[in-house]
This record gives sequence, structure tokens and C-alpha cells, in this order.
Amino acid sequence: MEVWLSKRSFSHWLYVVPALVILAFFLVYPAVHTIILSLGDKTGEGFAGFSNYRFVFTNRTMQSALRNNLLWVVVFTAGTVGLGLAMAVLLDRVKYERIAKAIIFLPMAVSFVGSGVIWKFVYSFRPATVAQTGLLNGIVVALGGQPIGWLIERPWINNFALIFVGVWIWTGFCMVVLSATYKGIPKSLLESARLDGATEWQVFWRITFPLMRSTIAVAATMMLITVLKIFDIVYVMTNGNYGTEVIANRMYKEMFQFKNFGRASAIAVVLLLAIIPVMIFNLKKFREQEAIR
Amino acid sequence: MSQKIVRALTRSPLHIAIIAICLVWMLPSVGMLISSFRPAVDVASTGWWSVFQTPFKFTQFTLANYAEVITDQGMGHAFVNSLYITIPATVIPILIAAFAAYAFAWMKFRGRNILFIVVVGLLVVPLQMTLIPILRIYNRLGLSGSFLGIWLAHTGYGLPFAIYLFRNYFGGLPRDLFESAFIDGASRLKVFFKIVLPLSVPAIASIAIFQFLWVWNDLLVALIYLGGTADVAPMTLQVSNLAGYLGQDWHLLTAAAFVSMALPLAVFFALQRFFVRGILAGSVKG
Repeated sequence: MEVWLSKRSFSHWLYVVPALVILAFFLVYPAVHTIILSLGDKTGEGFAGFSNYRFVFTNRTMQSALRNNLLWVVVFTAGTVGLGLAMAVLLDRVKYERIAKAIIFLPMAVSFVGSGVIWKFVYSFRPATVAQTGLLNGIVVALGGQPIGWLIERPWINNFALIFVGVWIWTGFCMVVLSATYKGIPKSLLESARLDGATEWQVFWRITFPLMRSTIAVAATMMLITVLKIFDIVYVMTNGNYGTEVIANRMYKEMFQFKNFGRASAIAVVLLLAIIPVMIFNLKKFREQEAIR
Repeated sequence: MSQKIVRALTRSPLHIAIIAICLVWMLPSVGMLISSFRPAVDVASTGWWSVFQTPFKFTQFTLANYAEVITDQGMGHAFVNSLYITIPATVIPILIAAFAAYAFAWMKFRGRNILFIVVVGLLVVPLQMTLIPILRIYNRLGLSGSFLGIWLAHTGYGLPFAIYLFRNYFGGLPRDLFESAFIDGASRLKVFFKIVLPLSVPAIASIAIFQFLWVWNDLLVALIYLGGTADVAPMTLQVSNLAGYLGQDWHLLTAAAFVSMALPLAVFFALQRFFVRGILAGSVKG
């Protein structure tokens, strides 16, 4: 058997080489080239040290993009994981679990572009003198308020409005992952704690949460990777206007509008650097798993 | 009896919270769907919820918006493009990844572990790191604005996850199968086609759905490598263009958005089981 696995032939290379060539061409080589470009001048030519990085961290628009992205990271990750966890635990107690889960999970199937259009409509805003056609302003006006420019009011309302669209899309993902783990917890464990007089709140924080910690960490890292690269939602809904720019959006503009390939590359490298801790976390986990295998 | 009522009352906040969230998750899509069937004048003058005042007046609905976006606004052509992009961009990476994963799971060769660790590392590399160099090569080779270019790019971006998932799945197949095949004198290729692939249908289905939805719903890759060429633009690109220049024409935008969602929603409903399984395999274990 072992002989067969490691046959004298070299045919294993025939199986892996196509994949390796494509990975090298589409991921490894360009990543290295992007790092080199980022060290050139603003168009990526020559060598200009860290001038592009200085731009990334000192330019005002860039700083606002970095700040917004940080807001996205905190609110989006907390929102998707928190709400996903709440739904995983709460839906387990109701009879209509399946249908509720399907409703919350559904946005996962739809493109960010489609979701962007759906929500742009929900947020749409018209002068107070005419009837509102956007759902949210319809509600606000029905309750006697003044219509709000949800995508215009900076910096909090519009950024939160955009982040909520992300939460709407990704909560279902977290819910599914967390629900699978929650259902794996022996119910007798929770029952006996309840019999001993623990409140639901205590049961959750003392038993459920610690047992789910590693899955929560996995879900949170996946959300982190997603949110750092967030692009489509902002591109479709505001195109970064009214102070809603995020990093990936900035990069696209530097690249296509201004042809500043050096600056765009530096922005990409900053994204990569932000993701490297996640990469190390993944590799460590992978190693642990392999040790068990 | 009274106990039941007390129980129902204490549990009512739970139901109210859940139903409220479900409404928030559903209403935006319901609004889109209703608006896409309403005439332009109505959509521009009243909220979509006003249809509920006369729910059985079917004359307040129309298919005109769909007719217009599919023909005049190019959504029909974009639908064909999306199919033409998505199908090869789903099949090619699955084939290549399955071969590689088979070797990673069941063959012993030098460098196997380190190469696989590289694949795991590549899982999280942001695509933004690759756009500029590849676009430059594509421009030189005349691949930008071509279907071939975008098929290959999606293959590259989809491979790490597909290899990773396949390798975990293949590695979990029972060793006895391989041993008895070896005793029968089967070749590696024969084992791949006769044993590995037939037993891995669930994994293949999971990855196929993932890759399909990812490519179908992708905007960035299409935006970069297909440029502004309307001939080859998929639906995501077309919808985002429409969102730019149609502005407040919500009767058309909602219809266009729904056209772009119909197929992924159908795929999703038909194969949800595999999709969920893929998510769990890729995250809980991964």
C-alpha cells in the first residue's frame, strides 16, 4: 500500500502541477509584484522607499477610509457574530426554527450589488413635501418625524446604514455555523444547570458561551477577513461619497481613476498586513488539527 | 390551562424578538419584489406598502418593468454573459482542485506538507493584492475584456478553498477502499475516477454551489478584468451601472436587481443542504 501511495513514478506531480502553476501565477507572483510596486513612486515606477505608505497613513481621505474601515470591523463583526449567536440559541427554542433560519440565511444567496440596490431603496429619501417611497423614511414620517437622508448624514448615520447592510447579509452565515455547534452541546448539561436553579442568563454565560468559544472565534475571524475587504456595498450605495469611503474602495479609485498604481499597491499591502494575524491563526489551527488526524 | 397561558406569556418576548428580526430581514426584499411589478408612476408617487390597501386589484401590477430592463437596459444580454462566465469558472477550478487534493490526501511526495501549508496560507490573501500585476499582464496578452481572462482569474481565486475542502473530504474516505483497489492493481487515475469522485459527490456539490454563487455574485473581479465593456458585462456589473445612471428609477432598478437574483435564489433553494454542509466543513473544522 505504502509503495502504491509513493509509487516510483512521478505521476503525483501531474495531479498537483496544474493547481500549483495557477496558484503561483494568480496569487503568489502578483502578491510579490504588488509589494514591489508599493515601494515605487505613486505610479509604481522606480524606488521611492515608503512614500506610498506615508501617503496611506497621512492623506486625509485615506485616514477617513481607515477610520471607517475600523468602524466596519468593530460594528460588523460584533453585529454578525452577536446576532448570529443570539439567533442560534433563541431559534432552538421555537417551533418555526427552520423557516426563521431560512429567512435570515437567504441574503447569503444574493449578490452584494443586489443587496445594495434593495437597501438603497429602503433608505431612499425625498423632501418632506412629497410622499416617501423608501420604507425607513415611510416609517419615520408615519410616526410623525422628518425624513432622514440615511446615506447622506455623516459620519454616523450613513456609515451605520451601510454597515447594517453588511450585517443583514452575513448574520445568516454566522447563525448557521454557530447553530451547528450549539446543537452539539448535550442538552442534559443545560437541563441540570437549570434544575440547580441557574437562570437562563447564567446558563448561557457559564456553560453555553465557554463551550462555543472556539466556534465563535472561527466565525469572528471569517467575518474579519470579509469586512476588511468590503467593497461592493459601498461602491453601489454611495461610491464612497459623503465620507463613507473604505480601504478597498480607495484602492479601486487610486487604481482606476487616478492610475496611481504605487499608491493602490500600498493600500493592498496594508490590507494584507491587517489579515496576516488571521493567516497565522488559521495555520496554527490547521497544525493542531493535523496533529489529531 | 392557566399554566399554559402563563408559559405563553413569559415566552412572548422571545417570539416578538424573533418575529421582529425576521421582518427586518424580509421586508426590504418584499418591497423590492412588489415595486418591480408596479408601474413607474405609482413607484415614484407612493410607497410600495400602499398596494396592501387594495391587495386584490391586480391591475395595479405590470410586467412592463421587466420587459424594459431585460431588453432596453441590457439585463437579458447580461444574464447570458453571467451564465457564460459562471459555468466554466465553476467547472474548471473544481476539476483542477480535485486532482490536486487527491494527490495531497493520498499520495506521498516530497514537499507535500509544505505545499499544502502554502495553500492554507493563500486562503486569506486579499484579491486586492493581485489585481494590478494581473491586469498588466492581461493588458499585454489582450486578455482583459475577454471571457478566458475572467475564467482563469476566478479559477485562481477559487482554488485554495476548493483544494482545502476537497483534501479534507478525500482524506476522510476509508483507507480500506484504497488498499483493496491497490491489491486489484488499479492505477491512481482509475482510483480517482472510480472511487474518489463517486464517493465525493456531496463535497463536489458544496464547492460547486460556493464557487457558482461567488462568481455569479462577484462585482470586483468583473469590474477590474472586464473593464467597462458592455458586451461582456455580467449582471452584477450591469446592475451597478444602472444603479449609477438610473438614479431614482426604482421601478427599473428593483426589476433589474430581481432578475440578477433569480438564478442564485433558485440554486440556493434547490441545494441549500449542500451549501450549509460546505459552510460547516469550511469553517467549523477549518
